[in-house]
Amino acid sequence: MPEKNIYEPVKKVSIIVSKGTLDGVYPALIMANGARMEGIEANLFFTFFGMDAITDKSMDHIHVATVGNPAMHIPTLLGALPGMSAFASAKMMKEMEKLDIPPVREFIEMIHDAGCKIFACKASVDMFHLKKEDFCKEVDDIITVGQFYEESAGANIIFT
Amino acid sequence: MSTIELLGRQIEVDSDGNLKNLNDWNEDIASEIASLEGIEQLTDRHWLVINFMRKEFIEKGDGPTVRRLTKESGIDTKELYALFPKGPAKKAARIGGIPKPKGCI
Repeated sequence: MPEKNIYEPVKKVSIIVSKGTLDGVYPALIMANGARMEGIEANLFFTFFGMDAITDKSMDHIHVATVGNPAMHIPTLLGALPGMSAFASAKMMKEMEKLDIPPVREFIEMIHDAGCKIFACKASVDMFHLKKEDFCKEVDDIITVGQFYEESAGANIIFT
Repeated sequence: MSTIELLGRQIEVDSDGNLKNLNDWNEDIASEIASLEGIEQLTDRHWLVINFMRKEFIEKGDGPTVRRLTKESGIDTKELYALFPKGPAKKAARIGGIPKPKGCI
């Protein structure tokens, strides 16, 4: 038998999104969607700046950092020019669209429709003075860390 | 090389357990694989997905992503997961007798 079958398959994942940059958000969304595609149960838990990806007024403006991000290979002063981050983000989004990776809002809707639960972190919501109405409709609930662990029973927890 | 027995025939499968040869497939084989995957009855909606997947694979050499599947087959994400609860693209590909799609979305 092929070697891959000797281990117990992953049955459930809980993915925590703590960053609000393009590269902070997309890997988590791809992992959550990929889990559902494989028939794996999935939860997404957004905390701190990660909440930008589920906040109505910011989720269509998720950008990549062009300053303080050596992997962008843009000199710091150039990266700081107005519009540079928006420009770089638009270019990356275009490349992603070619791979059929949807914009954040569509992706969140797709993942939620696929049966992944979406939560916002209570402590962060209180800290940023947000309300349930500030989030997109796919957010199932605002939950505490304790509830997060309850929801994660039997899951592999992944922090991004 | 591994094979599985379906409807009294030995049929070659790949390492994922999907049929290796498109020509080994027919609708009876599909129904048989579906029941092994826990889908008792293939409805018209299942067939819409399966036929779309096969058409894409034959034309492009790979099955569609879930996003394309929902945009172009007329079946939305919720229904797709209801039809194929254990992973739509993966299960529909297996039942449709094509390899598991390579895309990540």
